[in-house]
Amino acid sequence: MNLLQVKDEESAVIKSIPQGESGERLEALGLRVGKRIRKVSGMPFGGPITLLLDGRHFAVAHAIAGKIEVEGLDSPPQPAVEKSRLWPKFI
Amino acid sequence: MSCRDCSLCKVRGNKCPSISQDCGRVLLMGNPNVGKSVFFSRLTGTHALSSNYPGTTVGFTEGTMRYGGKTARLIDVPGAYTLDPTNEAEMIARRILNDGADVVILVIDATALERNLVMAMQVLEHGIPVVVALNMVDEARHRGILIDIPKLEEELGVPIVPTVAVTGQGLSDLIAKMEEAKISHLQPMSKEVRWQVIGEVITKVQTVTHRHHTAMDRIEDVSAHPVLGGIMGFLVLILGFTAIRFVGEGIITHVTDPIFENLWMPVLEKLNTMLGEGPVRNILIGTLIDGEIDLEQSLGVLSTGLYVEFGMVLPYIIAFYSGLSFLEDFGYLPRLAVVFDALLHKFGIHGYAIIPTLLGFGCNVPGILGTRVLESERERFIAATLISVGIPCVSIQAMLSATLGEFGMIYVAAVYGILFCVWLVLGRIMHLTLKGYSPELIVEIPPYRMPSMKAWINKLWFRIKDFLYEATPLVLLGIFLVNILETIGVMEKVAKALSPVFEGFLGLPSATAVPIVMGVFRKDIAMGLLIPLELSASQTLIAVVVLAMTFPCIATFIILWKELGTKRMLMSSGIMITAALLTGGLMNLFFKIIL
Repeated sequence: MNLLQVKDEESAVIKSIPQGESGERLEALGLRVGKRIRKVSGMPFGGPITLLLDGRHFAVAHAIAGKIEVEGLDSPPQPAVEKSRLWPKFI
Repeated sequence: MSCRDCSLCKVRGNKCPSISQDCGRVLLMGNPNVGKSVFFSRLTGTHALSSNYPGTTVGFTEGTMRYGGKTARLIDVPGAYTLDPTNEAEMIARRILNDGADVVILVIDATALERNLVMAMQVLEHGIPVVVALNMVDEARHRGILIDIPKLEEELGVPIVPTVAVTGQGLSDLIAKMEEAKISHLQPMSKEVRWQVIGEVITKVQTVTHRHHTAMDRIEDVSAHPVLGGIMGFLVLILGFTAIRFVGEGIITHVTDPIFENLWMPVLEKLNTMLGEGPVRNILIGTLIDGEIDLEQSLGVLSTGLYVEFGMVLPYIIAFYSGLSFLEDFGYLPRLAVVFDALLHKFGIHGYAIIPTLLGFGCNVPGILGTRVLESERERFIAATLISVGIPCVSIQAMLSATLGEFGMIYVAAVYGILFCVWLVLGRIMHLTLKGYSPELIVEIPPYRMPSMKAWINKLWFRIKDFLYEATPLVLLGIFLVNILETIGVMEKVAKALSPVFEGFLGLPSATAVPIVMGVFRKDIAMGLLIPLELSASQTLIAVVVLAMTFPCIATFIILWKELGTKRMLMSSGIMITAALLTGGLMNLFFKIIL
């Protein structure tokens, strides 16, 4: 499963990231293999994916997100930052 | 370091600011968005830019600071996530570190300790005296992040001072601790080992507890929402531009107009009588309208030239940059980049290009300079060309409301609409035809923060100064040269040679060739010359669109040349002229068919 397939608000563990320049950039920002992330949202029309890592937000282009392999977590342990549902999901 | 490595005395007119003591070299290093530039302006007391997006400090800033009775050069090193460079800023950061330093002030964001430790450890492994400023401790505490500072000191082997740069908390402790800066025991290690060490350090020193949602978190959630985020972006832009218009108009009516009317006009009138008839008066004051000097239509360097630049454009520049700097320091711009990424992606530039594009609405010069935040040459070319063609700067906007306003707001809106369409189409065409590679967006989105008033005013002052020093002299020089060319009759000949294009292709009377050709060098003249021609609404619309799409001023042309090089500048100008003529021609055709 890749990052695009993760549902909004769900957590996942990074299994692999793309090689090369974009991979280095991801690593420098702390988006490494084994890290637990939580997907916040995906912008429409092939826009970037916003995700939460250690309480910080990151945005990753659609094309790169498709190359980040993750493993979903079915019953995530209590997250460090609790997120309350703010807005009804209408799309 | 010795005196010969220091050039500050030359800057200060052969006076050594360190008063013949050793002048040290201090580096200020850290990740982007950790508040480094706020430290810089607090430590040196001089003006520096502090921003939430990478790139503003590429090409580093330096100033002087005092610590332990010594004077030292403080260098604000561009923010970097790692010293294994992944971009230009990180390359520069590594180069500056390799040049050595007496002390490195390492700024670490307490709210993102783990990630910040990557570069921090790389610096510590360098064997250079370091003191750490653990910044934003207040925000970390607020987020439920607790850091054991003595234990972290032990792990890193250097002194650590907790700080809150925005309020100045801990700054004096930091200066005092600079004398105790130590070389860390950490030895160079491989990337994998470093991650392992960081993991161990984090488990030892950091505890994260649960915390509640704050109001800022809620706005953050809204701005990342697929639908609400887009709506919010749109609202922020509309509100922002309305506020800018309101503030700009306010400054014009209450400040600059009275100054020009009451203080400058009497001077001009005296000068007018002193000079009498002749070419000197034509260049400096221009032609009299009904026997009087008219600030909008006389077209002299000292009358219309100064009035448009300082009386009409500067107030908008002030209004524009106060709004933009606020959004920037608040942390909204990276979110806007996320909202716009999908659209800009279709043009081969990533979402960050929205920042120079917004800058361009103030003045195209900083807009084009701002394209440096983009990584590849191709992206920079596309973004710079799109700004100079499709983004109307404050002068152009003033010109278009002055000439089209009388026909109704619908015509003013039409110009914005047409420019937006041109921007879309041209961007798409360039993306499909230009060779090269455009990197993808990968960014950190910093949390929202209330800006520090001091940093905000500093930045505003910095930007206005840039506009006054970089753009204004060139614009005034352009006006001066064009006035000379006009006095000796060159402009008229050029315009006459081009008049078939204007009459046949654009459907404009040949007299409009003069304002449009000259408009490339000075926008004020376009306005002053178009109004007396009494064109119809549709003709004015065509003329204004063509004017808006060509160079806003000579300064933009020169900056484009500097940034892109001769070959690419010519290519960009070619695209601009072709696009402007095609659009004007299409509009003419459209009006012929429907009218």
